[in-house]
Parts: sequence; structure tokens; C-alpha cells
Amino acid sequence: MLLREAAATNYFNLVPWVVFFPVLGILINLLVGGRLREKMIGVIASLAVAASFAVAVLLALSLNDQHAGTIIAFMNLEWISIGDLHIDWAFRVDTLSVTMMLAVSGVGTLIHIYAIAYMHADVRHHQDPTRYRRFFVFFNLFIVMMMILVSADNYLMLFVGWEGVGLCSYLLIGFWYDKGKGGANHLDGISNALAGKKAFITNRIGDFGFLIATFLMFGAFGSLQFDTVFTKAPFASQGTILAITLFMLLGVAGKSAQLPLYVWLPDAMAGPTPVSALIHAATMVTAGVYLVARSHELYALSSQAQNIVALVGGLTALFAATIAVGQFDIKKLLAYSTISQLGFMVAAVGMGAIVAGIFHLVTHAFFKALLFLSAGSVIQGVEAGHHAMEHGSIKESKHKRGEHLNEGGEFDAQDMRNMGGLSRRMPVTFVVYLVGALALAGIFPLAGFWSKDEILAEALHLHPAVFVLLIIAAFFTAFYMTRQIWMIFFSKPRSRPAEYARENSLLLTLPLILLAVLSVFGGALNLPFWHTLTHWLDYTLAEGAKVGSFNYLVAGLSTVLALAAIALGIFLYGKRYQAQAKLPAAQRPVDPVQPYLRGAFTGIQHKWWIDEFYDWLILRRYVALSRFLSYRFEERFWHDWLHDNAIAGSFRQTAHFLAQPVDLGIIDGIANGLGTISQRFASWIRRAQNGFVRSYATWVLAGMVIILGYLILR
Amino acid sequence: MLESYYPIAILIGITVGLGILVMGLGHWFGPRRPTQRKNAPYESGMMPYGPGTRQMPIRFYLVAVLFILFDVEVIFLFPWAVVYRELGLFGVIEMAIFIFILLVGFIYALKKGAFEWE
Amino acid sequence: MSGYGIEDLVYILPIVFLLVWALVLVLVEAFTKRPDVTMLLAAFGLLAAVTLSVIQFGTEATAFKEMLTVDGYAVFVYMLVLASGLLSLGLAYDYNRRMGWARGEYYILMLFSIAGAMLMASAANLIVVFLALELLSIPLYVMAAFVPNDASSEEAGLKYFLLGAFAGGFVLYGVALIYGATGATNLMDVVAAALGTNSPVMLLTGAALILVGLGFKVALVPFHMWTPDVYQGAPTPVTAYMAVVAKAGGFAALFRVFIAAFPSVSADLTPVIATLVVLTLVVGNVAALAQKNIKRMLAYSSISHAGFLMMAFVTYGSALYADAVTSLLFYLLAFTVTSFGSWAVVIALEKAEGKGLDFEDYAGLGKKYPMLSAAMLVFLLSFAGVPPTLGFAGKFFLFRTVLEAGYAWLAIVGVIMSLVSAFYYLRVVRFMYFEQGDPEVRSEPVLNLVTAITVVGTIFLFLFSGPLLAWASEAVLALI
Repeated sequence: MLLREAAATNYFNLVPWVVFFPVLGILINLLVGGRLREKMIGVIASLAVAASFAVAVLLALSLNDQHAGTIIAFMNLEWISIGDLHIDWAFRVDTLSVTMMLAVSGVGTLIHIYAIAYMHADVRHHQDPTRYRRFFVFFNLFIVMMMILVSADNYLMLFVGWEGVGLCSYLLIGFWYDKGKGGANHLDGISNALAGKKAFITNRIGDFGFLIATFLMFGAFGSLQFDTVFTKAPFASQGTILAITLFMLLGVAGKSAQLPLYVWLPDAMAGPTPVSALIHAATMVTAGVYLVARSHELYALSSQAQNIVALVGGLTALFAATIAVGQFDIKKLLAYSTISQLGFMVAAVGMGAIVAGIFHLVTHAFFKALLFLSAGSVIQGVEAGHHAMEHGSIKESKHKRGEHLNEGGEFDAQDMRNMGGLSRRMPVTFVVYLVGALALAGIFPLAGFWSKDEILAEALHLHPAVFVLLIIAAFFTAFYMTRQIWMIFFSKPRSRPAEYARENSLLLTLPLILLAVLSVFGGALNLPFWHTLTHWLDYTLAEGAKVGSFNYLVAGLSTVLALAAIALGIFLYGKRYQAQAKLPAAQRPVDPVQPYLRGAFTGIQHKWWIDEFYDWLILRRYVALSRFLSYRFEERFWHDWLHDNAIAGSFRQTAHFLAQPVDLGIIDGIANGLGTISQRFASWIRRAQNGFVRSYATWVLAGMVIILGYLILR
Repeated sequence: MLESYYPIAILIGITVGLGILVMGLGHWFGPRRPTQRKNAPYESGMMPYGPGTRQMPIRFYLVAVLFILFDVEVIFLFPWAVVYRELGLFGVIEMAIFIFILLVGFIYALKKGAFEWE
Repeated sequence: MSGYGIEDLVYILPIVFLLVWALVLVLVEAFTKRPDVTMLLAAFGLLAAVTLSVIQFGTEATAFKEMLTVDGYAVFVYMLVLASGLLSLGLAYDYNRRMGWARGEYYILMLFSIAGAMLMASAANLIVVFLALELLSIPLYVMAAFVPNDASSEEAGLKYFLLGAFAGGFVLYGVALIYGATGATNLMDVVAAALGTNSPVMLLTGAALILVGLGFKVALVPFHMWTPDVYQGAPTPVTAYMAVVAKAGGFAALFRVFIAAFPSVSADLTPVIATLVVLTLVVGNVAALAQKNIKRMLAYSSISHAGFLMMAFVTYGSALYADAVTSLLFYLLAFTVTSFGSWAVVIALEKAEGKGLDFEDYAGLGKKYPMLSAAMLVFLLSFAGVPPTLGFAGKFFLFRTVLEAGYAWLAIVGVIMSLVSAFYYLRVVRFMYFEQGDPEVRSEPVLNLVTAITVVGTIFLFLFSGPLLAWASEAVLALI
């Protein structure tokens, strides 16, 4: 017992190490990484995150005893102190933040391990071995920033992590910054960099909202510390709260890829697959959900804000789910699925069902990471097949079956139309992918079922309109996942590389298996009737968490819908797809579902032209404005007229005047005079310095007499 | 406060003024017929010889300085001896330190050969 | 009379240790007669004293019935003069051997005078101030005359001694007058009594006399006349040592005495001090313009720096005096580092018989010894107060304090005078880089080390001016 107590108090003090361990990893890799072998770099990075995870576990154990958690001010450092603004560097340890820490570092560790194997092959594939270290440094940096984000005790610290993860996202999306083809502008070799830029700029728009919210908060409450803000919030006017929460929502929409700022996330798939899994599916994008959950006391004060957040989440969930149906890129599909699932979470936390949102966040982290990583495994398997085909013994003519090539004439290993029948070639990947897909589709008793169901059940009695949106989205979810599974794993291979695809090594598949296990049993976190997570989070959320009853109606309805969607999917993509593939190209529909949807499918395929719309609405206007400013304003008016004529001209005139009569006549005279005077003075001093002690003593005496005389006779 | 010094200042002024006056009167009115005898340093009749300052061997200075050193020591010992009883042990320690410091100097002088005449 | 205890000794352990160590070294020197050994032991003693001073950090105590004070201010000065001692050991070691008159007594005398400077910083009693002043000065007189059979060195020593004794008399007279006015010599008692007197003329006179006497030590105009002659005549390492340690000790005592004992007469004294500052700045800088000998130029430059240091002093009676003392300590640090560096370069170029000390001897240095001339450039820039050097930071903080205290005109004079100073410092630069010549420099390891340390210090410490200033400010807080 004593030991327990001592341990419990001590563990809280460890909290800075969730940040410092990854920092340590970065430092080691930066300092000596150049001399280490590739594997070692990855191992160090993974160990750093694993250590972070261990600390998070210890914190969780401590919280089990001391539910209230604590705030650890790191070395009592005051970070900013300007006027009334005092911000300490403090770590917040409570059940919510520790839940996030566990999810981030736990999933993070697995993905790091996966990345050791994945990046090895990926780096080889792109023929650039030096980038291995860079990848893991960025990866660790991401964990650092994410940990700062979730452990922050005030909005500004949170913002530091928020910006930091944005930076890492940018760096890692553009990891192959000199690669990438196509893209919106069809520019060769820079589309990956453009994707990174797009993500960054879109996020900046959201961050702008977050910053405004922070300013408003400081203005209204005089503090950015969570507890202070929450205690003072009830006394603020309704308008202030609404403004703060809605500006914050803008930030959430940017980071968590909600309408209307979701557009960056699909493009972000240009990064390596572990990046997509860790940053753009499991953790970073959930930061917005965390922010709303963290600020739930603010949202609870404004039912309007809650309404808006819930609607944004619900609309996003449905909107993205429809787009996902028309995607052919294995990762892009998952990206839209992520957006859709984030919509679920945002809707949940918006409605005030914080626990449901966080629960779904955690389970989603498991199965979406699993899906992405498995997708990576698929891609590498197909790439390996492609490689074997090109360089191996297989000497058949290429592109025999109309493989889908992109503009550069390269084989696209991510296009699902090039796959098929992989279940036999890659059994492990198939099984885990299936588990992930079922979990995502919400099939009993996998993790996704429980969490999604809790959201739906809450939505039914909190916000029926959102419930309708979500349940339709859930139907689409099951459908597009079925479509994906069938296109990738069933029927016959539709390309040569798919025929020669190879299963990956154990290092790569082991994290998949672990994640699959988590995806199966993750629901145990918050089973109905036990509500482990609800009670656990209740210590932090106080009134925010309500123990919702298990709704058999909702569960049954969603299960029936999911099964129906799966059945429909199998019907469309099973035999029919096989049959259509044999048709000549002209008669072959783009997708089996196209004949049924017709125009709508074109819309889906083009992602409802949102990118084009933004391009037209914002980018063109912006470029036009820039043109106007640069040519008309800056060049003609500012530079030509104001600078050259008005300022420079008059300056020349004045200078002319000053140089001729003023400078030569007056200034030079003064300067020369000063020189002469100081020379005279110096020579006088030198004469006084005659070398005789008696005269020196006289000077001292004279000085003293003058001083005393002044003081006495004054 | 300063006012009380006025009589003294006046007295000083009168004295200095009187001195200057007397000497000035003599200077102005007295006859001056200088001879070589009259200008000699000593008007006693002694004939000066050699330069006014004479060089002495440095050893004398050394010995003189050392003498002063120990002289000062003795001078310091006298008042100490007078209040010796009141000072008690503290006084003994203090004086021991003082003498010890001098002793170090003495040993130094000895080893450096300050007492060797050649 | 047993009011003293062992703890009194413990409080001033660095000083006591240094004195005992010096006595031990007297014996060592007497028996071994090996200057190298004495030098090494002296260096060890200084290091040990540094260690003891470091231990003293944070001590706030008075010892020997409030005659001595140990606080952050005192410890700051301890560190400064001890570091100066180490640096000048480095300067002297090679120089004395090169000139062929290496003797162990040199280092012993230095230890004594360092102990004196440390006592100056700790003195809380006017009599102790006087004793410390003598302990600081008497070894310096001997050191100034240390070159055997050299008329100019002997002249320097004798001049310094005579004038020093003269000025010492002023201090003593001042102490006597203050005792007469207040019946006390302890600073705390003096200030208490001074508040009660309705006619402070005697107190004022006494304070002014102390100002004159200590002003002589730190070379304020018009009590500076000895400085160029003594600086030029004394052996160069002694000059370097004297320029820094005598100033540090003098200013340390001056500040403690005036802030602690004479705040009541600050309104009367401030015009006097301001006048002295202006005189010192003008005379020091303008006279330096006319010099052709580098030692003499640096002597006048050190006078001008005394003026800058004294500038902080005009605020001593105002609420800002804490800032003033902080910037004074910082400026003292900057001056110490820069000064030792420049003297190291001078020593590197100096040949036997006092040759190699004119500006012409620096011609062509830039081409032949780029490292050495670059170092000199850094020191000269620091003297002139050009960033990124410590000298700039020192001047910056100083002028800022003076401005805040409302002496804008004084700050303007200071800025103008530092512009003037740039003129003669840059003359040396001109000779180094733009004139043809073939200087001869012998590379000596210890000297090079000192140069390197001070160059690095001048630039590196500039980057850490903030923390340093904070340290100085903590030191000052203790004084209040």
C-alpha cells in the first residue's frame, strides 16, 4: 500500500517524459543517426515512443488511484508573462488527456514499428536511402507535438502542439517532395509538395479561427488556462461564448477535416502510408475532436454552437461517405472514410456526447490505423509484384490487360482497379483488412459497432436530424468498405503485378495483427452496462458524460443497414464486376455502380467539384487581387510614381542643396574647427602632464580645494 | 555652525597678512647688497663642500627599514601589554598572529640575505 | 573582548585564505627561490580562493562586529578581482621571463594586493576601507617599480607611492572628519547619525575628501595625473593589473561607502560627481587622441573608462541606484575582460627595453598575424562600445540607467565621448590593417591562452549579457 501510494504520487511527476522521450529519440537520431544502420534508427525512434507509452500507462495507473488528476508545472517555468497574461509550461494529467496519450503513443508505437519495415522498402523503391533518418525524426517530432497538444494545460500550449503537428503533417506529406505526378495543375514532380502546401494553407485558415477564439477568450476571461476559462465562462455573455466556440469550430474544421475545410486530407495521402495512418487517420486529425471535448464546458453553454457543431459533423460524415463510394485509389477512399468518421466524432462531441465521441476516436484510431497500414501492405505487395515482373523472370508483354496507368505511363500500385484476388497472395493482410473493414462498417461485436452505436443512440435522443444524417452515412460506410474489400481481395487479379503480389515480412504484419486484435476487442473499453470509459472520463468531464442506455432499436437498425449495404456491395462487385471486366473498354462502365447512379456517380468521382469550386471562388479571386496589387498598385503607383518621382526626386533636390552650399560651407567648417580645437586641448593637457610629482600633487590639491570650496560656500 | 569659525578665519587672515606685510616692507624698503658669503647656505661661516645630497650604501636603508619594522612591532606591543589582562586569551592569539606574520617577513629577509653585509 | 568567533573568519574565508597563502608563499619563495614554483602556487591559491568565493554565494553576513560585510556585491567583486589576478598571472609569466627578471615576489605581492581589493569590497567600516586601500596600494607601488635598474619603472613606482600616500592622507582625513561629525566609523552608524545632524558640513567635507582619495585610486580627473606616467613606466603586466584591480577595488569601496553611509548628502554631492564625470570623460578621451604610445593611449583610455564607470554614480542617491550599481558591476566586468585582452596583445608585441610600444610598431600586424590583430580589433571595438562585444553591452546598460535617472545630458556627453574614443581606437586599427610594416611577435603559450580567453569572453559574454546582468543585479540586491 505504501509503495502504491508512493508510486501514485511519483508517476504524475513523470508526465514531462511523455514529451521528453520522443525528444530524446530525435536528439539521438540527429546526433548519431548518420552513423547508425537503418534498422537502428527506426528502433531508437520506436523505443522513444514506446517509452512514452509506458509513461502514459503509469499515469493511467496513478489516475486509477487519484481520479482527479493533477497539473504538473514543469520546473515552475513561466513561459509567457506579459501584462496580465501569465502562461506556465504546465502539463495537465487527467483522464481525458491520459486517454489521448495512451491512444497516441500506443497506436504510434505500433505504427513506428510498422514503419521500420515499410520505410525500408519504400525508401528503396524511391531510391533515396538518406531520407530514412529524416522520416523518423519527423515522426518522433510529431509524437512530441501531439503529446504537447494533449497534455497542455492552457489554450496557448495546446496551440503550440496544434501548430507543431500541423508542421509535421506538412513535412511528412511532402516527404517525397520531388516526386508525385498529376495533381490539380498537372505539374510534374511537385504535386506532393503542392499537397503539403495545400494541407498547410487550409490548416492555417482553421488556425486563424483558433487564434481568434484564443484572443477572444483572453479578452473575455483574462486567462487561457483551462480551469480559469471554464470557471469564468458561465458569467460571460451568450454572444461571447458563441463567438469563441464558433471560431474554435473553424479551427476544428481545419484540423479534423470537416466541412468546409476538409479538402486537404485526401491530398495528404501523398505522404508515405505510415504517415497517413498515424497522422492523417489515427491521431492528428482527431485533435479537433479532442479540442471540442476539452472545451465541452464552453460548448455546453451555447446550444446554438452545439447545434452547429453537430450539424457540421453530421453533414461531413454523410458528404464524405458519398465521395468515398466513387474512389479508386485505395488510400484516397480511406481518406474520405476518415473524414466521414471524423464527422461522426465531431457530431458526437458537438451534441454533448463527449464520451461517445472519445470512444469512437479511440476505436477509430485502432481500426483506421489498421486499415491504412494494411493498405500500405497491399501497396507494397503489389509493388513487389510489379518489381518482380519488370526485373524478374516474367517476360510477358506488359499492360496486357489494360492496366490503369497514370500520365507518366507508370504502373499505379494504389489503384484498386489494378488489384483483385489478393486474398490468396496476401492472406495475413487480407484477414486483418477484413477485420478492419468490418470494424469500420460497425459489425457486431467489433470495436466500431460499439462506438458507432453509442454515437447513434445518443444522436437519436439528442439530435434526431443528425441521427438521420449519420445513419445514412453508416450505410454508405458499410457499402464502400465492401466495395473496397471485393475490388482488392476477391475475384481474379486484374493486372500482372497483382498476380505476382507478395505477402510482407513479419515485422510489417505484426503491428497489423496487434491492431486487428485491438480492433476486435477495442469495444470492450465501453461496453453497454459496464461503461468503463464513461466512468473513467467522468472524473474529468464531470457533468459532460451521461451514461446512455443501450438502445436495441438503434443497434438493430444499424446492423441491418450495414448488412444490407454489404449484401448490395457483394451483389455489385462480386460476379457482376468480374463479368463487366471482360467487356471491351468502350462498353465497360467505369464502375459497377455507375449505371445506377449515372450523373451522380460523375459527381462523386469528381468529389462534387469542391476543389474546382474553391479554385474558382477563392484562388482565382486571390490571384486577380494579387495581380492588381502588384501591377497597378505596387508597380505603377507605389514604385513608379510615389517612390521614383515624389520621394526620390525631392530627395535628390534636397541632397543637392545640402551638399553644395550647406555641407561645404558650414558643416565642413564646423568639423575642421572641432578637430583643431580638440588637438589644441589635447596639447594643453599634455603640457600640464609635465612629469613632476609636485605639480601632480598640486592638481590633486587644487581639485580638492575647488570641491570643498564649492561644497562649503555654495 | 560655520559662523563660529569666523574669528579664527579672521585671525588667520590677519596673521598671514601681517607676515606678508612685514616681509614685503623689508623687501621694498630694505637695501640689498648680496655677496657670495651672504648667499651661502650656511651663514655661520662654515664653508660648504661637495654636493648637498650624498649617496649612502643601499644596505643602510635595508637595515633601517628592518629596524623600523621591528620598532613598530615593539611599539604595538606596549599598548597591548597595558590592556593585556582585559584582552585575555583573545589578545594572546591576536598578538601571536601579528608576531607570526612579522616572523615570516623576518625569515624571508634572512633567507634572501638581507642581513649579509657583503 | 571575545566578541569575535571562528565564524567571523569563516565569513571572510577567501580573504583570510589568500593572505595566509601569500604568507606561505613568502616562505616558499625564501627557501626555494624558484619563481616558477611560486607562480604555480599563486595560481593555485587564486583558484582555491575562487572556489571559496563560489561557496560564499548567497551568504549574507557581517563579520568582526559589522566591520566587514559579505554579500552578493562583495562576492561579485571577489570573483572579478580573482579572475583578474589569474589573467595577470598569465600576462606576467611569459613577460617576466622574456624580460629576464622573473622573481617570485611579484606574484606574492599580487596576492596581497588582491586580498586588499577584496577587503575593499567587503569593508563596512571606514577604517577598514583605509586599511584595505593601503593593503591594495602598497604592493602596487612595489610592483610598479619592479623592473631592476630601470629608471622609468623606478620613477613610476616612486611617483605612484608619493601621490598614493598623499591621496591616502585625504581618505584618512575624511574618515576623521566623519568620525568628528557623527561619532562613528561604521557605515551603518554613520548613516544613522548623519540623519540626525542638522549641520552636515563636516560630514559633507569628510565625504568629499573620501571621494577625492578614492577618486585618485580610480583615476578621476583632476586626480588622474599620475596615471599616464605610472602606466607607461610600470612593467606592462603590472599596468594591466593595476588598471583593472585598483579600479575595481576603488569603485567597490566607493559605492558601498557612499550608498550605505552618505545617502543624506547625495543632493549636495551629485553636482560634484557629475562635474568629475564630465571632466574625466573629456580629458581622458581628448588626451588619448594625442597619444602615440600605446601604453599611454590605453592609460588615458582607462581614465575615460573610469569616467564611464563613475557615470553610474550620479544616481547613487536616487531610487535607481540599484540599477546604477548593476550597470557599474557589468561595465566593470566588460572593462576587465577587454582591458586584459588588449594588454595581452600589447605585451605580445612589446620588446625588451620598452620598445615596440608605439602605434607604428603595429603597422602590418593585420597581414602578418591575422589572429592576433583580429583579437586586438575585437578589444578595441569593445573599448569603443561597438556590438557585438561586451563593451557595447556595458555602455548600453550604463547609458540606459543614466537616462532613466533623468541625466539625459550626461548620457549625451557619454555618447559623444565614446564616439571620440572610437577615433583613437580606430587609429590603432588603421595602423594594423592599412599601414605597411613588419612587426615581430613571439608566440608564448600562456599569453596566447589569455588572449584567446579574453577574446572569447568579450564576444561570448556579450551573448549572455542578459544572465550576467541578472547576476550582477542579484549581487546588488544584497547590497540594499
